[in-house]
Amino acid sequence: MKGDPVKTCLVVDDSRVVRKVARRLLEDLGFAVTEASDGLEGLAWCRAMMPDVVLIEPATPTMSGIDFLRRLRLEPGGRGPKVIFCSGQTDLDRVREALDAGAAEYVIKPFDGEILAGKLALARVA
Amino acid sequence: MSAIDYALVAKVCAERAGLSVDPAKSYLIDSRLAPAARREGFESAAELVAALKGGEERLGAAVAEAMAPAETAFFRDREVFERLWEVEAPALARRRPEGVVRIWSAGCATGQEIYSLAMMQAEAPAPTGRVELYASDFAERLLERARAGAYSSFEVQRGLSARELVRHFENRGDQFQLSRPVRQAVRWRRVNLLEDLTPLGAFDIVLCRHVLGVLTEAAQARTLQRLEGAVAPGGLLVLGANETLATGSAFAAANGLAGAYVRVDRARDAA
Repeated sequence: MKGDPVKTCLVVDDSRVVRKVARRLLEDLGFAVTEASDGLEGLAWCRAMMPDVVLIEPATPTMSGIDFLRRLRLEPGGRGPKVIFCSGQTDLDRVREALDAGAAEYVIKPFDGEILAGKLALARVA
Repeated sequence: MSAIDYALVAKVCAERAGLSVDPAKSYLIDSRLAPAARREGFESAAELVAALKGGEERLGAAVAEAMAPAETAFFRDREVFERLWEVEAPALARRRPEGVVRIWSAGCATGQEIYSLAMMQAEAPAPTGRVELYASDFAERLLERARAGAYSSFEVQRGLSARELVRHFENRGDQFQLSRPVRQAVRWRRVNLLEDLTPLGAFDIVLCRHVLGVLTEAAQARTLQRLEGAVAPGGLLVLGANETLATGSAFAAANGLAGAYVRVDRARDAA
């Protein structure tokens, strides 16, 4: 990573605890982290500064994860970020829908640093 | 339990399975033996060990099994699996008269490594020949879990992509179970690597990753000697990416594949 510009990750989750945990793990992996508490706020962040990765809880109050993905892709530069869903939903049909909608990876909660690092590597962002 | 009890546990593990157990790690021994004690109908690990001391020989196996580490992951060091599947297996198949490549995961624990190959086979059958997948462990308890092919959300997130997860697994309660064709692609057997392996025949690729490191020195030497006979000449012994073999053995380091060794073909060298 030395010499590379710092990668940025936007964490979208309505739980402050989850955001805090994710921030700590991501910062340990060398990411600069911003936080949003729902999909709408997340989109506003992306318009201001497009991140390299979005880690999003797909069930935030204002917008589904899949709607977030579709709207993000319509933004200028919005095709760039890898979007990783992060959810307690373990139904594989939901996982499949997320991937088919363009999610790069899917993290099942609860997760740890090793799992997150592995998923970022599989999404080719770490 | 007393220091003598912990020493007895270590001795039983070394004798039964060649496992290196540090008797000073009492916490580790307690935490691994407690579930085994319950399975055997005892109130505590101490009671289990007391019965063992009382002469209940069969409990030795339960103790050794309980102490066997089960640390493994899907596609551990993914590039090793890609290289084995895309390069090594096809090359070995071309050298076999019937084009059959036999792969064995020796000390498979809960089976993630052999299933990684089974998933690769399901996605892209080997370009040449047929691949037979075998896996073994000495611990019946681990083999049972491996055969069932059902894993927790933590286990399926170590090394496995979400795409692989939805392609090869089904929800099964809280767990994720591999699809039937992937499970049925593997043949399982209980094998103690310290014992005679010749009835198993010879294999083209033997995965024995992060196994030697948990054995006593004597058991490492003996296992390597057994594996010499189990890897066909020209075949590969694949250890963990950070594991090495002393030179001068029947194995020579394989080019460009960390932890992999080629079984030296003496007849071919002489020719």
